[in-house]
Amino acid sequence: MNQETNNTILEISELKMYFPVTRGLLRRKIADIKAVDGVSFKMEQGETLGLVGESGCGKTTIGRCVLGLYRPTAGKVIFQGRDIAGLPEKKLRGIRRDIALIFQDPYSSLDPRMSAGNIVGEPLKIHNMINGRKEYLERVEHLFSIVGLDPGMANRFPHEFSGGQRQRIGIARALASDPKLIVCDEPISALDVSIQAQIINLLEELQEGLKGLSYLFIAHDLSVVRHISDRVAVMYLGHIMEICKSRVLYENPLHPYTRALLSAVPIADPFVEETRERIILKGEVPSPINPPEGCPFHPRCFMAIPECSQAVPPLRAITEGHEVACIRV
Amino acid sequence: MVEILKVNDLVTHFKTESGVVKAVDGVSYYINEQEIIGLVGESGCGKSVSQLSVMQLIRPPGKIIGGEIIFHGQDLLKYPANGPEMRAVRGAKIAMIFQEPMTSLNPVLTIRQQLTEMLVLHMKMNEEAARARAIELMGQVGIPAAERRIEGYPHHFSGGMRQRVMIAMALSCNPHILIADEPTTALDATTQAQLLELMKDLVQRLKTSLVIVTHNLGVVARYAQRIYIMYAGRIVESGTTKDIFQRPRHPYTMGLLKCIPRLDEEEGRKLVPIVGLPPNLINMPATCAFLPRCSWKIDKCYKEPWPELTPVNGNHFIRCYADTSEYKN
Repeated sequence: MNQETNNTILEISELKMYFPVTRGLLRRKIADIKAVDGVSFKMEQGETLGLVGESGCGKTTIGRCVLGLYRPTAGKVIFQGRDIAGLPEKKLRGIRRDIALIFQDPYSSLDPRMSAGNIVGEPLKIHNMINGRKEYLERVEHLFSIVGLDPGMANRFPHEFSGGQRQRIGIARALASDPKLIVCDEPISALDVSIQAQIINLLEELQEGLKGLSYLFIAHDLSVVRHISDRVAVMYLGHIMEICKSRVLYENPLHPYTRALLSAVPIADPFVEETRERIILKGEVPSPINPPEGCPFHPRCFMAIPECSQAVPPLRAITEGHEVACIRV
Repeated sequence: MVEILKVNDLVTHFKTESGVVKAVDGVSYYINEQEIIGLVGESGCGKSVSQLSVMQLIRPPGKIIGGEIIFHGQDLLKYPANGPEMRAVRGAKIAMIFQEPMTSLNPVLTIRQQLTEMLVLHMKMNEEAARARAIELMGQVGIPAAERRIEGYPHHFSGGMRQRVMIAMALSCNPHILIADEPTTALDATTQAQLLELMKDLVQRLKTSLVIVTHNLGVVARYAQRIYIMYAGRIVESGTTKDIFQRPRHPYTMGLLKCIPRLDEEEGRKLVPIVGLPPNLINMPATCAFLPRCSWKIDKCYKEPWPELTPVNGNHFIRCYADTSEYKN
């Protein structure tokens, strides 16, 4: 194995996830929802990859395929050199220790009948990671303190915590099994602006402290994704349209959809806003049941030419590390 | 510039079992003809309640305790909420768009029934004229095939399209003021941009004043001419958008600007979270509500009650004792 493959923690290859649409008593399949339709990317150890896109673009579905919650229709999910797509439940258990999840809604993702301490400590028991009560309590106390919670609150129940604190509990639980990869699915969108920054900083600090921890960061907020990610993949209707370093994303977006998406996000500075390019897209995202032929974005694209409707453009490298799926670039 | 609405010292409280929630506690603001203003704050700061109070849509246990709402020279609070005077204003002269396009339309009525109701009621049109006008309005807000779709039900429409229906409904009686309460928060980025541009164009064309209620500093930076920043039921800073973003003077505003990720930020920028949590609006101290989270506090802040809004220059006001003139972005 060469150096490069050694550092790759996750490789998604030609991943497809179709959900059947059924009708009638016999649940006859009449169509497919093509939630993810041929996505490939690689993640390095210690890297944060942002998956960004509007609702229905398939970003959450990818996260769930990585977690083994969905069996992909086709393609590979190679985690630490092993294809985990479609593994039976029993074999997934060991892998789930290495891939954790942080949920969007800290209000509904914590069991209201479990104490905060037990919520955080449960993965330790499930994965047989501790010997005896003393070690268990020490580990839970340690997890509480690294996410900035007072260990003295371990006996309290979720409703006694604020939204930001609950998200800290969720993060502590995700960290309990010493994961290599954490899938963060909209981890801050349910929180207030002033609390969001606390959680973003916590995630960044944890990554600095725990060398080699990788995040697959799924969110719709482009500013947040760009801030936290090393690289960003922009998705549209089940496809990656552009993937590049997050610095390049704002400075040199190439795909017309990326440009439209960026211009749709207002910047908190009236002086910058005065001079910004404003691309207002026409129409709405088409249904993934019946996606357009060719490039999925072409019906709304301001740069489209007839050839765009003929074939799905593959991702191709424009410069090193900057890939775009567009024939007009 | 002609002042169209002036709110003086508005107080709206909610009596709950655990105490009186001072949701709006002495809010004053004004809006000129054809002006776009922004009302900014996090959840629970009272921004929505203040607007519902203007419409007199506060239900028990909530109550408007005091203040004046001067609209075209007349104090609306002198009129009973269900009286003919308020009914002539509400929805017709002052219209409102709510955050949730999914729930603000009646699911069992067709779009036609909902759009024509106002036209028949306020504009005294007959059914036929109202239907024609409704189709025209739908066209103006960019709903394709309005002739056919007008007979559809809300569930036939996507979130963005429903919000377009709401905009059409709100503008149907040529209101003098349109209040948009988080109008695009539940929607995707490119849909948000479409709708905000649409609203801006429409209010300009119809010479309507627009109040944008939002937590998103980017949205107000892009659209508002003046801004009011709210915290814990009060306005803590007000001024022109450019003044506030260039030289924010209230510690809360400064904190907000430092804790949000920006699309155009430099790589490696650290977010500075606002410590602590927003206050509980029950049993608020007489001192400044932001004091426990403030990094500019001085001795006086602990001793004196929350200061009044005082000018820092021209039309720029803050509610703060500290000398914040040294602040740099």
